Amino acid sequence: MTVPREMPEKWPRVRGPGRAEEERRVRANAREYNEKFQYASNCIKTSKYNIVTFLPVNLFEQFQEVANTYFLFLLILQLIPQISSLSWFTTIVPLVLVLTITAVKDATDDYFRHKSDNQVNNRQSQVLIGGVLRQEQWMNVRVGDIIKLENNQFVAADLLLLCSSEPHGLCYIETAELDGETNMKVRQAIPVTSELGDTSKLARFDGEVICEPPNNKLDKFGGTLYWKENKYPLSNQNMLLRGCVLRNTEWCFGLVIFAGPDTKLMQNSGRTKFKRTSIDRLMNTLVLWIFGFLVCMGVILAIGNAIWEHEVGVCFQIYLPWDEGVHSAFFSGFLSFWSYIIILNTVVPISLYVSVEVIRLGHSYFINWDKKMYCAKRRTPAEARTTTLNEELGQVEYIFSDKTGTLTQNIMVFSKCSVNGHSYGDVQDVLGHKAELGERPEPVDFSFNPLADPRFQFWDPSLLEAVKLGDPHVHEFFRLLSLCHTVMSEEKSEGELYYKAQSPDEGALVTAARNFGFVFRSRTPKTITVHELGRAITYQLLAILDFNNIRKRMSVIVRSPEGKIRLYCKGADTILLERLHPVNQDLTNVTTDHLNEYAGEGLRTLVLAYKDLEESYYEDWSERLHRAGSAPEAREDRLARLYDEVEHDMMLLGATAIEDKLQQGVPETIAILTLANIKIWVLTGDKQETAVNIGYSCKMLTDDMTEVFVVTGHTVLEVREELRKAREKMMDASRSMGNGFSYQEKLSSSKLTSVLEAIAGEYALVINGHSLAHALEADMEVEFLETACACKAVICCRVTPLQKAQVVELVKKYKKAVTLAIGDGANDVSMIKTAHIGCGHQRAGGHPAVLASDYSFSQFKFLQRLLLVHGRWSYLRMCKFLCYFFYKNFAFTMVHFWFGFFCGFSAQTVYDQYFITLYNIVYTSLPVLAMGVFDQDVPEQREHGVSPSCTRPGQLNLLFNKREFFICIAQGIYTSVLMFFIPYGVFADATRDDGAQLADYQSFAVTVATSLVIVVSVQIGLDTGFWTAINHFFIWGSLAAYFAILFAMQHSDGLFQMFPNQFRFVGNAQNTLAQPTVWLTIALTTVVCIMPVVAFRFLKLDLKPELSDTVRYTQLVRKKQKTQHRCMRRVGRAGSRRSGYAFSHQEGFGELIMSGKNMRLSSLALSSFAARPSAGWIETLRKKKGSDSSAAGSPSAAPDKTLKV
Amino acid sequence: MKNKTSLSPQEGEVRPSRCPDNSAFKQQKLPAWKPQLTIESVLSSFFLIGGFCLSVGVCLILSAKSVREIQIDYSDKCSDCSKLRENSSNWNKECHCSVNFMLKEDILGDVFMYYGLQNFYQNHRRYVISRSDAQLLGRNVNIQKSYCAPFTTYRNGTPMAPCGAIANSMFNDTIDLFYNLNSSVIEVPLLKTGNSWWTDKNVKFRNPKSYNLSSAFAGTARPPYWQKPVYLLDEEDERNNGYVNDDFIIWMRVSAFATFRNLYRRIRRIRQFADGLPAGNYTFRISYNFPVTKFKGRKHVILSTVVWSGGSNPFLGIAYVVTGTAATLTGFVITAIHLKLRKKKTYFQK
Repeated sequence: MTVPREMPEKWPRVRGPGRAEEERRVRANAREYNEKFQYASNCIKTSKYNIVTFLPVNLFEQFQEVANTYFLFLLILQLIPQISSLSWFTTIVPLVLVLTITAVKDATDDYFRHKSDNQVNNRQSQVLIGGVLRQEQWMNVRVGDIIKLENNQFVAADLLLLCSSEPHGLCYIETAELDGETNMKVRQAIPVTSELGDTSKLARFDGEVICEPPNNKLDKFGGTLYWKENKYPLSNQNMLLRGCVLRNTEWCFGLVIFAGPDTKLMQNSGRTKFKRTSIDRLMNTLVLWIFGFLVCMGVILAIGNAIWEHEVGVCFQIYLPWDEGVHSAFFSGFLSFWSYIIILNTVVPISLYVSVEVIRLGHSYFINWDKKMYCAKRRTPAEARTTTLNEELGQVEYIFSDKTGTLTQNIMVFSKCSVNGHSYGDVQDVLGHKAELGERPEPVDFSFNPLADPRFQFWDPSLLEAVKLGDPHVHEFFRLLSLCHTVMSEEKSEGELYYKAQSPDEGALVTAARNFGFVFRSRTPKTITVHELGRAITYQLLAILDFNNIRKRMSVIVRSPEGKIRLYCKGADTILLERLHPVNQDLTNVTTDHLNEYAGEGLRTLVLAYKDLEESYYEDWSERLHRAGSAPEAREDRLARLYDEVEHDMMLLGATAIEDKLQQGVPETIAILTLANIKIWVLTGDKQETAVNIGYSCKMLTDDMTEVFVVTGHTVLEVREELRKAREKMMDASRSMGNGFSYQEKLSSSKLTSVLEAIAGEYALVINGHSLAHALEADMEVEFLETACACKAVICCRVTPLQKAQVVELVKKYKKAVTLAIGDGANDVSMIKTAHIGCGHQRAGGHPAVLASDYSFSQFKFLQRLLLVHGRWSYLRMCKFLCYFFYKNFAFTMVHFWFGFFCGFSAQTVYDQYFITLYNIVYTSLPVLAMGVFDQDVPEQREHGVSPSCTRPGQLNLLFNKREFFICIAQGIYTSVLMFFIPYGVFADATRDDGAQLADYQSFAVTVATSLVIVVSVQIGLDTGFWTAINHFFIWGSLAAYFAILFAMQHSDGLFQMFPNQFRFVGNAQNTLAQPTVWLTIALTTVVCIMPVVAFRFLKLDLKPELSDTVRYTQLVRKKQKTQHRCMRRVGRAGSRRSGYAFSHQEGFGELIMSGKNMRLSSLALSSFAARPSAGWIETLRKKKGSDSSAAGSPSAAPDKTLKV
Repeated sequence: MKNKTSLSPQEGEVRPSRCPDNSAFKQQKLPAWKPQLTIESVLSSFFLIGGFCLSVGVCLILSAKSVREIQIDYSDKCSDCSKLRENSSNWNKECHCSVNFMLKEDILGDVFMYYGLQNFYQNHRRYVISRSDAQLLGRNVNIQKSYCAPFTTYRNGTPMAPCGAIANSMFNDTIDLFYNLNSSVIEVPLLKTGNSWWTDKNVKFRNPKSYNLSSAFAGTARPPYWQKPVYLLDEEDERNNGYVNDDFIIWMRVSAFATFRNLYRRIRRIRQFADGLPAGNYTFRISYNFPVTKFKGRKHVILSTVVWSGGSNPFLGIAYVVTGTAATLTGFVITAIHLKLRKKKTYFQK
C-alpha cells in the first residue's frame, strides 16, 4: 500500500449541495477505504417521492402555490361565524378536488421517473470484485471499482481508463451523447497502467487517484495517480465519461472515479429550468389584477355596508340586532369586507390552474398519439416531455436549429462525380431526362464485386460501365479515392470489411471506390493494399501530406508495384484548381461547370488531382522533409512549405460530390414554416462552407436571394463595419424599391424599430463564430439583431454551445418573441434550455438533448405538424378556454355584487350554497374542458401548405391578451347585470299564477341559477366550433346534471329530513320551475345575454375577416412582386458559390497512421515496421484540435480566410 | 437453459409497438359538427327571435293589463296606532283602525289579499339564516347550536319556539275586509288556508308530536315580539295551528328584496262574492300590531286578481317587446352592413 508522500495543491473549492468536496481520493480495489469518504453511489435518482413521503411532501409543495394557500386562507376565514357568508364546504370541496387532481398527476409523473431510474440503474456491467469479474447492476457500482467495458457498451460512470484491448492502451469512444460530435475520439491509458492486461494484475492494482471534485466541465480533468511510490499526472485524455459509447475496441478496463450524480453527464444535466409560457405569465398577472378587483369590490361593498348599517340597519335593529361584538357600523363594514371576499372569491377561479393543466395534459397526449409524428424507421413516436408549453408552440416566431443530425442525417453519400470532363451520377429516365426523385430506377448492381458494401447505392449505370470498359481516367479516379485518405480498415472475416473513418465524407468516398472495384483492403504504416478489380495490389505509402484548415487539401505519395511514384491529392476546388498544370485549362473549365452544378444542388465537392514524381526529385524532397520534420523550431512552417512545393502543377482527374443527406422533408418543412412567418436560424458548430451548403440544399438560401451577407470579421471594428454595410445595402434597396414609407421618420424613433423588417427583397446573413463573439457584445448586440432579423435566413457557423444559448437569449431579450430551439447533441443543450421551447431530436434513448428538451421527435419535418397543427390548436384552445373561463366566473360572481345593493350589503349570496359549490366543478367545468381539449377551427388537411399563416394570431398574441381579457370580463359583467336585474324587475311585486308571492328569496335564487347555467351553456355552445360526440355529451350532460341535481336536492324529502338546516331549498325546484313567468324570465335573460354576442361575432367575422385570410392575401400579392424582382437579379449569380473542402476532419491523423501507433500488432508484423521519430503524435492531435477550436472562439487565432460567398 | 435462450428473442419480437393507435380519437379526427355563423343562420335567428319576443311581449302586456289591483298604504292612515307601537312597552295594548275605499267596478274572478311591506330587509344575510329548520320540522333540537341568535332562549334558558329573527319579526296585523252595502256592513268571507306551497305545508313545517298542541310546545316560550304563543296562532283550525299555520309559513319564506308582498287571504267566492268583489264601498278593519315607522318602513294592503302570468307586473311584457324590437332592428342593421360590405368586397376584387 502506498501513501502519497506529498499532497497535491488543494483544488479550488467547489460548493456542492450540503457538503463541499475539496478533492477526491479514490483507491482502486479498496471499497472500505473509499467508503470513508461517502462518495455518491452510481445509483441515479430523479424521482421526488416515495410511497411514505408522497402525501406530506406533495401537500407541502402544493401549498407553496399562492392560489392554494389563498383558498386555505379563505377556508379559515369561513370558520369565523361573524364573517362566514358561505358554508365551509363551498371552498373545501373544490380545494380538495384540485389538490387531488394535482396529486394524482404528480404521482404519475413520479412513477415514470421511478421507472426510468430503475431502467438505468439496473443496466448490467462487469465489475472486478476480488479478482473475479462479476455482473453487477449499474447502481451497485462504487467509486474505486474496476469495471470492464465491451464494445458498443455505454460507459457506466466516469472512469479512468486503465487498459484496453487495443495497442498502447488506446480506445475509441463516441461522445455523441455528451457533446453531440459524431466522429470518434481517441482515449489513451497512461503507459504504466496500460500493461495491466488481465484481471489478476488488475485485481492487484492499488493505485490511488487524487483529483478535482465533481464538476460539469466535460473537456477538463485534472488529477494525479499515485502508484508504487510514483506519481503520474492524469488528464481528460485518460478519462471515459458516463454517457459515452465504446467503439471499435473489444474491451477496456476503467477505474470508477465519479459515480452517479457526481458524473460529468449528470452534473451537466442540472436542474431543468422551469419554463412558463407567456400565457402563464399573463394569467398570473391577470389573476393579480382580479385580486385587486376583488379587493376593490370588497371595499365598495364594505363601505356600502357601513353606510347602510349606519342609516338603515340601526333602525332595523328591533328586528335584526347586530351580532355580538359588533357595536358600530364601521366594524360591521369591516366584517362585511371579509364576508364579501369569501363570496366573491369565485372571480379568482380555483379550478383555473388545474383546468389549464388538464387541458395541456390532453394536448400533450395528442402529440404523443399523433401517428403523423411517428417515425416508423426509428419506431419512436413524438413525445411531449413537458406538458406545460403546448400553447406556446402556436406562438413560435423564431426557430433555432442545429445542423448536424437535425437538418441533416449526418450520413454522407457519394452521389455524383465528374471524371475527365464527364459527369456521372444523374438519375436518368428512359428518355435521358433527369428523373424526378420519386421515380427512381433500380440502383446499379454491384454484385460482380464480392467486397462491395451492400448499403451503397448509385443510380447511374454509365459510371460502372466506364469502369468495366477500362477507362483509364475512371480507374485513376477511383484509385485515388482508394489510396488518398486516412481511413482504417478492419476485416473481421474474409471479405467483411469495416472502415473506420474519421470523417463521414472520407468514409463515403472510400466506400464508393470500394464498390466500383477499387477496394481499400488494409494498410500498414508503410503500405496500402488495394484490390483493384479483383487484383490485390500493394502500394508503398511514402508520405501523407496531412489535411489542415489552411491547406484544405490532403495528399499521399505512393509507389506503385511498378515503381512509379505518384502524388494523389484531393481538396477544395478553390485551392486545388490554382495548383493545376496549365495544360488542364480546358478540362478545368468543364469540371468547373460541373462543380457549379453540384454546388447548386447543395452537394459537398472535392477536386481530385494527381502528379507523377521523378524518383530523384522525390528522394531529394523526402530528405528535406525528414530534416524539416525533425527540426526543433518552426517545424510546421517548413513542412507546409515543402508540401506546398510538391503539390504543384498537378493533373486534374475530376471532382466528387458528396451529399450531406438531409433529413426527410427538410426543404419542404422550412418552406412552409417560412410561409408561416417563422424565422429559422441555423446555429451550427460546423464550418461555414458546410453550413452554407446545407443552407442551400434545404432551400433556406436560394440563388433568388438578393444578397447573402457574410460576416467574417476578426475585430470588433470589422464586424461592426460589415454589419453596417449589410444594413445600408438593405436600406438602399428598399429605398430604390420606393414602396412608399418614409423610413427616415421611423428611424428617428430610438426604439428598436421594425424598419428593417419591412425591407424589400430577400437577404441572408452568414456569420462566423468569432465574429459572433463580437456581435454578441453588449454594445453591438442590438445592431446585430437588427441586421439579422431583417434577413430571411441567418446562419451562424462555428458557434460554441454557449454562443448558441447567447443568440437565443438575445432574441428572447429584444424581440419579445417566442423562440424554439431544436437540436440533437449535447452541444445544443444550452440552447434548448434557454429557448422558450426546446425540441430534442431523438437519435437514441437517454440522449442529453432529448433529456433537456420539452418535446422530442425523430424527424425535423415533424416540427411543421408540431407547430402548425398541435401548436396552433393548443393556442387557440387555450385562449378560447381562458376567455370563457373568466367570462363564466365573472358572470357567476358579479351577481352577488349587484345583489349587495339590495340586501343591505350583508354578503347574502344570490344562489343556494350547493350551487356555488358545484357551479365551477360540475355544472360548467366539463363543457369548457371539452372545448379546451377538442376544439379545432381550420380542418387539419388544409393545415399543410394552404394556410400556414394561420399561426399569425398566435405570434401576434391576438387571441388572448389584456384587451381580450377585458372584453371577456366586460361580457361577464354585462351578463351578470342582466342576470340580476331582469329577474329583479320581473319578481318585484309579482305574484305567482296561484296568487302566492313569487319574489321569495329561494325562488329568486333558483331562477337566477337556472338562467345562469343556461346562458353559460349556450355561450359555450357558441364558442365551441367543433362539436364532437364528447362535446355534445358534456354540454347536454352538464345541463342535465344541473337539473338532475337541482331536483334531487330540492325535491327529495329524504335529504331534507336528514339535514333540515342544510337543504332548505326543499320543494323549491318544482314550485318555482312550474311557473311560466320563471321560464319566460329565463328565456328573456338568455336571449338578451346571447344575442348581442352573436351580433358582434358575426359583424366581426363579416367586417374584419380572420387575420389569417388577410395575411394569406397580402402574402400572395407580395410573392408576385418578389418573383418579378427575382427575375431581374438572376443573371450572373450562379457559380459564385462553391463548396469548400468540407471535411469534418481532425488534423493529425496522417501522422498517426504513418507512426503506426494505432495499428494492430498482427498487421504490423507483416510489414517491416520501423518506428519513426514521432514526438507524441497524440500531443499533436490534441494541440491541433485545441488550436482548431480556439480559432473558432478567439479572434486572435490564425485567420482562416475562407472564400467569400 | 435452452428454453431461456429460445424464449428471449421471441419476447423481443412480441414487444409492443410504440406506434400510436390509429383511432379517430387519438388522431383528433372524431366526426364533428362545425357550426358557423353564416349570414342566413344569423339573420333567421334574429328575425325569428325578434318575432317571438314581440308576440310574447304583446301577450304579456295584454294579460297584465287585465289584472285588477288595488293597493292601499295604511302606514300613515293609522298614525295613532303607529305612534303607540313605537313604544314597545305598549305591546299588549290593542289598537284598531279602519281604512275605507271604493271599488268603481266589479273585480271578477279570484281575488287575493296581500299585505305589502317596504324597506323591510328580509334578505339580509343575518336575517335569512336566523332560523332553525330542524325546529320547524317539530324536532326537539338544541337551538343553541343553530343560527337563531339572539332570538334563541330567554335569560332563564327557556327556548323560543319558533326561534330566530325571522319568526320573531312575523307580521301580526289582522286585516278584515267589510263590504258596505246600503249601510249594512257585510264581512267579506276570507280563506286563510291553502295560501302556502304544498311542500312547505306538508314537508318543511311540522308540529312537534304530542297528544295536543299546547303540550307539544310545553317548555318553550313564544318569541319576544309575539303576542300569543305559536300554538294559539289559529285556535279554530287544528291543521292551521303551530308551525303549520299558513300565515307563519308564508312569513318564513323570506323575500328576495326589501319590498315585497305576501299573500294574506283569499276571497271566498260565496254569496255576493261568488263572481269576485262587486263594486261599492269597502272598509279594511286593521288590528295594528306590526310597527314599521321605526325602520322607516311602510305597510300596504293589496287586493288583486291574477292571470296565467301572475300579477300585474308589466315589466316582463315591456322587456319582451323591447328585446323583440331590438332583435328585429339588429337583424335589419346586420343585413344593411352585410350588403354594403359585399359591394365593397367586389370592388376590391376588381
